[in-house]
Amino acid sequence: MGGFPILSALTFLPLVGALIIMAVRAATAGSSSSESANEGRTALLAGLVISGATFLVSLAAFFYYDPSTPGYQLVEQHVWYQSISYKLGIDGLSLPLILLTTFLTPICLLASWNSIHTRVTEYVVAFLVLETFMIGVFTALDLVLFYIFFEAGLIPMFLIIGIWGGKDKIYAAFKFFLYTLLGSLLMLVAVVYMYITAGSSDFEVLEKFAFDPHVQTWLWLAFMASFAVKLPMWPVHTWLPDAHVQAPTAGSVILAGVLLKMGGYGFLRFSLPMFPDASQLFQPAMFALAVVAIVYTSLVAWRQTDMKKLIAYSSVAHMGFVTLGVFSFTEIGVQGAIFQMISHGFISGALFLIVGVVYDRMHTREIAAYGGLVHRMPVYATLFMLFTMANVGLPGTSGFIGEILTMVGGFQASTWAAAGAALGVIFSAVYMLTLYRRTVFGQITNPELNELKDMNRIELVTIVPLALLTLLFGVAPNLIFNLTEGATQSILSLMAGG
Amino acid sequence: MLDFTAMTLAIGPELWLAATGLLGVLLGALLKDSFNGLSFKFGALVLFVAAGIAALTYQGGEAFNGLVETNTFVNFAKIVSFIVGGLALVMSEGFLKRHETARYEYALLTIFASLGMGIILSASNLMTLYMGIETLSLSSYVLAAFHRDSARSSEAGLKYVILGSLASGMLLYGASLVYGFSGTTFYAGIAAADLSVGLMFGMVLMIVGLAFKVSAAPMHVWTPDVYEGAPTPVGAFFGAAPKMAAMVVFANVMFQVFGDAMDQWQLIIAIIAGLSMLIGAFGGLTQTNIKRLLGYSSIANVGYALVAVAAGKELGAGPLLTFMTLYVVSSLGLFAAVLSMRRQGGMVEGISELGGLMSKRPLLAIALSVLIWSVAGLPPFGGFLGKWVVLEAGVSAGLYPLAIILVLASVVSLGYYLRLIKIMWFDEPTERFEAIDGSVSLVVLASSLFVIVFMIFFFLLSGWTDQAALGITA
Repeated sequence: MGGFPILSALTFLPLVGALIIMAVRAATAGSSSSESANEGRTALLAGLVISGATFLVSLAAFFYYDPSTPGYQLVEQHVWYQSISYKLGIDGLSLPLILLTTFLTPICLLASWNSIHTRVTEYVVAFLVLETFMIGVFTALDLVLFYIFFEAGLIPMFLIIGIWGGKDKIYAAFKFFLYTLLGSLLMLVAVVYMYITAGSSDFEVLEKFAFDPHVQTWLWLAFMASFAVKLPMWPVHTWLPDAHVQAPTAGSVILAGVLLKMGGYGFLRFSLPMFPDASQLFQPAMFALAVVAIVYTSLVAWRQTDMKKLIAYSSVAHMGFVTLGVFSFTEIGVQGAIFQMISHGFISGALFLIVGVVYDRMHTREIAAYGGLVHRMPVYATLFMLFTMANVGLPGTSGFIGEILTMVGGFQASTWAAAGAALGVIFSAVYMLTLYRRTVFGQITNPELNELKDMNRIELVTIVPLALLTLLFGVAPNLIFNLTEGATQSILSLMAGG
Repeated sequence: MLDFTAMTLAIGPELWLAATGLLGVLLGALLKDSFNGLSFKFGALVLFVAAGIAALTYQGGEAFNGLVETNTFVNFAKIVSFIVGGLALVMSEGFLKRHETARYEYALLTIFASLGMGIILSASNLMTLYMGIETLSLSSYVLAAFHRDSARSSEAGLKYVILGSLASGMLLYGASLVYGFSGTTFYAGIAAADLSVGLMFGMVLMIVGLAFKVSAAPMHVWTPDVYEGAPTPVGAFFGAAPKMAAMVVFANVMFQVFGDAMDQWQLIIAIIAGLSMLIGAFGGLTQTNIKRLLGYSSIANVGYALVAVAAGKELGAGPLLTFMTLYVVSSLGLFAAVLSMRRQGGMVEGISELGGLMSKRPLLAIALSVLIWSVAGLPPFGGFLGKWVVLEAGVSAGLYPLAIILVLASVVSLGYYLRLIKIMWFDEPTERFEAIDGSVSLVVLASSLFVIVFMIFFFLLSGWTDQAALGITA
């Protein structure tokens, strides 16, 4: 790679695109404040082109990445301020998450084609800015730079929920923002402390720096405050159902698909390698929280009457598997956790899109308002079935691989934790199948449903790729494991005192 | 024998301000009302030139037998204060014209207030300090009451003068105690004197007086009232120029005069800082008037700045300058945005009036949002790094509780900053604002660009401030 800053290009391409869209809009609109439907469509199309180009750039990064070499690759480094640098790089942990981000963003924009009608230009700009911050979180190799991206991402998401959300959007947006901010500001104090103590905020320096075990405990807790909210873990998960229910469909997809993964990424990137003693110390507590999250939120999901809320709670439960896998400290468990994050990105994203399809037609998310959809929408019912099964963890889908591996990892560390998590798998079948039966099967009771048409082309284009990937990774999980293997081993060897 | 070279090197800007201020009075007396329109340009030019002189004499010097002594630390503060003061004057003219109070006294008072700021920054003697504080305060009292026909403005001026006199009295009493127990009024002499109980007593009283001037809790009560009552451009001025100057003087007095007694005052400053952050954060939550809200926001931000003071000279001097520079620029921009809230000839100040600004005035709304995020200390804007350096100083000094309070207060104050964002972006549009003055929108845009540019090129700003801090640490 001849010095071309491919990761900077990848990270900032969406932002530059957003600025161009804004500038063009400002130039063409003049003083008139309302935009026509045509202008909105143009903006969406431009956004699609830019995010598509970003996806291509990320594929180029994937192409140049060599999974057989350990450590960070495609590194770019410039001193920024004192010993803080602008340092980007990727490894086997961040690359799959970057690909997930760049893959989901165009899908989100496409899914908004027919469902967003107001202030479309701003919507596209917000999504592109968000994409820059999300990619930045995964490419940053400097703690301060990471923090800047991590927290800056709140701003566009706050606007997306608050402007284009549902009935209680303001409440949900504030809750989302303040919850996550409180966690990340506690992390900020820890970041400042680490920077001062280690004299650098470079990941590679911090990974090798041995923090005092007593101090580690506090630093670990501060980081945990941030990542636990983000992941989210029980009991700080309550912002998630509100945010998901109120956010527009595409917002939910990004939230579940990418933003939640930042929590798991944080645990793997910071908590394990940088605070190994504290991670060992808190392992039982994390297992307990993970099992509670899996069992309790699965039960809560079962009783939901709102489709999006049900999937939101199921997300919390599935993120519990990630916690379990990460804190098993075994290679299989950590690999499974990363896999589960990717797979959940596809599955939950697709489930939110599927809810969005009927929501756009009926404008309600109440499960009771549906029933017998299979009679009117057979294609929809098939895809819905596929993702229901994937969410349950049926073999052959990617959901199965993630769950089984995290449980195997968890089993090696604690039999009880794995047993509790297994209970969650059963419950997930209960709530998902209940949801599917009540919305898709049975007779049509609500007369409005008779008017429904099956999925249109745009909806198919957004959901079918996700279905194919879910199946592909279900039968060929090594595609991901080959990428993540090296990173997993290096994290665990750093933990073991490397 | 007067040594003009030494005088110019030490207090060139003050000499320039005093001379041009008097020239302004003369012009006013001769030209009468025809000077009104010109006076604003005259005043702004004077202040910008003063900033230029401060830049030229950046290394500073000593004059008047040691009554004044300047260095890069205070000269940096002078440059920033004069520039933001000049900008505040530029954007005042339109507002005052509409209220038929665009009189040349306004510009002259701003010049004299700036003269006061220059003197307190240059002072190296308690008497010089007091003289400068009174010059600044007396001009400020009159400015606050400048709309003499408005009951609110007069009330603000009266409140300010009564409370301000009390604070000045405390400061003077403290200074006399310090003099009594150390036998000198020179900073260096006091710093060399033995620490006695009487000296500490005097120090505490001086802290009270200075805390009032920077509006730190628990001496903050005047701030929301004065910010609300005073004419908006005056609030813009108060929130920017004197804030910068007074804060740096506060730090200068603590570092230079009582530097050896740091273990005595560190806890006091830490408590003042913690209280200011919490009161500023919680107090702002229920405000519906944007000027009051900005008043509480300034209290909270003074608290953040005081964390850097509590961290001590070596750790805190540079971060203090960095933080205050970013803050006063943002504060000026925020007030400029308030100035643009005008419809049917009248000013509106309720925060709900910003409703739907995004769909009516996208550029203004985006610039204003950037400033709000920056003042709230969120990345990716300059205010975040301002907070970062302050936190770094605080944590380095081992002030962990203060660091925790800082982040908690940041979350709480986000409650009202987010409300502003929400009103601008989410709410239904209210009636459209009238056209705004070019100078006002220029200030909003310039200050929001400032916080973006100095986020990316932060090493420039921090390089300047670290170098300026060498003036007192080296």
